[in-house]
Amino acid sequence: MAEPQYEIDLGNLMAFNPHHHFVSPPSSREEVVKEAIEQGTKLVQAVADALFHLPSTEDPDGPIVGLPAPTTKLPREKPLPKPRPPTKWELFAQKKGIKKCKKEKLVFDEQTGTWKRRHGYDRVNDDNDIPIIEAKSTDEPGKDPFAERRKEKKSKVEKQEKNRLQNLKQAAKVGALPSHVQLAATALPISGTQAMPKKVSKDELQNVAGMAATATASGGKFDKKLPGEKASKHEKKYRKFLPAVEGSGMGALEKQQTEKVLNKLISRNSHEILNVEKAVNMYNVKKEKKQRRQGRESSTSSKLKPNKKSLKKTLKKGSSNKGKSK
Amino acid sequence: MMRIKTPKKGRIKRELEKRAPKLVETGKKTLILHGTKTSSILNSLLTEIYHLKKNDSVKYSRKNDNIRPFESGGETSLEFYSLKTDCSLFVYGSHSKKRPNNLVLGRTYDHHIYDLVEVGVENFRSMGSFLYDKKLAPRIGSKPFFAFIGEAFESVDELKHLKEILLDLFRGEVVTNLNLAGLDRVYVCTALSSSKIFFSHCALRLKKSGTVVPRMELVEVGPSMDMVVRRHRHPDESLRKESMKTAPELLKKKEKNVVKDAIQGKIGKIYIPDQKVGSVPLANKAKGVKRERREAKMKGEGYKHTQKKQKQDAE
Repeated sequence: MAEPQYEIDLGNLMAFNPHHHFVSPPSSREEVVKEAIEQGTKLVQAVADALFHLPSTEDPDGPIVGLPAPTTKLPREKPLPKPRPPTKWELFAQKKGIKKCKKEKLVFDEQTGTWKRRHGYDRVNDDNDIPIIEAKSTDEPGKDPFAERRKEKKSKVEKQEKNRLQNLKQAAKVGALPSHVQLAATALPISGTQAMPKKVSKDELQNVAGMAATATASGGKFDKKLPGEKASKHEKKYRKFLPAVEGSGMGALEKQQTEKVLNKLISRNSHEILNVEKAVNMYNVKKEKKQRRQGRESSTSSKLKPNKKSLKKTLKKGSSNKGKSK
Repeated sequence: MMRIKTPKKGRIKRELEKRAPKLVETGKKTLILHGTKTSSILNSLLTEIYHLKKNDSVKYSRKNDNIRPFESGGETSLEFYSLKTDCSLFVYGSHSKKRPNNLVLGRTYDHHIYDLVEVGVENFRSMGSFLYDKKLAPRIGSKPFFAFIGEAFESVDELKHLKEILLDLFRGEVVTNLNLAGLDRVYVCTALSSSKIFFSHCALRLKKSGTVVPRMELVEVGPSMDMVVRRHRHPDESLRKESMKTAPELLKKKEKNVVKDAIQGKIGKIYIPDQKVGSVPLANKAKGVKRERREAKMKGEGYKHTQKKQKQDAE
């Protein structure tokens, strides 16, 4: 029998019966359905019991109940919003202790003796309404004070826009840009993407200049060099050929070339890893060293000396990987 | 050089703000679409799911052949649609010989696929095939009850996952105030075996009983089917941790040293640190000494030491 311990999540209006299982495999579909409905009724009754016992307020539509928060945690659909970093003004105001005060929409205008609105049409202290500006002793005769005022206002507006952009850039750096604002680059770099143009180093510039120079039909050979421009680091020739006519002292070049090639071929295909000359040299060197040491330590008897075996691997015929890996 | 782009119309600004991530989230929207081939069963099932969630779902009618949720490349279209319609749940139906009547239920986090469950539909009965008194029909948008029956929902991994997704799919908005007169639907899920569940949608009839709590009666109304779990994909661990985070401001803070009493009201405890009587520096000591020295000098040297000592004792 199902124990009446159901897991109830009131916030989601959910009930879960973890103890029920079909005792016998159900014979027909109707039985399954009936069983399911029966169990469902019991579960829903349990939830409703808990629900109707919550404190409710009366409403013309029906009793309204305050649901608790759901207990089953479900994942969010979007990441948590990051808090906006304080703007430059907000930081300054915090430091100085300046508090925001609510401003009234209507302000009493002394000049006309009426109540005018603070912003908008027919506002208090409108800049354009001033009929006469009295000249100060510091003023030059040619300057237009009205134009001056307009220029000042324009510069203030521009400064404010710049500050606003800086604040938004700071927010964008943290990732807390307001949802309706987008920062767009006005001048796109040559590559056409919105990425910041990378600062090019001196070497890179030289490389690029060299590449541009060689892009001409004659490979940049006849271009006039600017004062201070160094010659290109890469020589123009990419292939080396042996001289056609060999002088008396140069007869060995061709021999050397062919010898080198032959050696490489032979060593690749031969299974003899042992380089006889090298082995003989090594043996001779070892022997000499030993003799020198014996000469120095002639006082001690040779029987007590430890048998020094070299830690280097001796070359073995055939079984090492050197020849086969190629 | 950068410039600030803001929308010129208020309507667009409001739409953008609706789609922005919020501290406490409102209901998730569902995207219903289908693949290259669908059977008649799937067609009716998809339309019925759409009708069940009319307010917060979007149904696409064209076929989408480039969507394969379980393959690595086949999710880009889904993610794009999720971004454009702002839907974080999706229901994708398809029919093939290997997987007949296939339904993929999935969720997205930040418009990237979070987790998936693939389910096969058997023994489907549509809404129209049930006969009942039309007055009982549940209204669109009402908050449903959920009943999960069976120990398999706890023991089997796939069924646990399916339970979570079904809860997310049909739960609607999370509300704090609920009108008890408007409760009229239940989703009943019974585990038949470790991979098969019986899913049914029933209407509620509240009957008068002696107590405050009415007696519940279930009447089968909506679509009912058997769901066989085929494949499923769990979310990435790091993604899961990130998505389960709640805002730190929402966590309740314990109020310390405050006691609320019915008789005395609110009482708070204040702890005062010990007074350091001996080590408090005396401010005017130097001044007193100076004056004393001057007076003593004027009167004569005999008085100096005793007078000084007296002053210190008094302090």
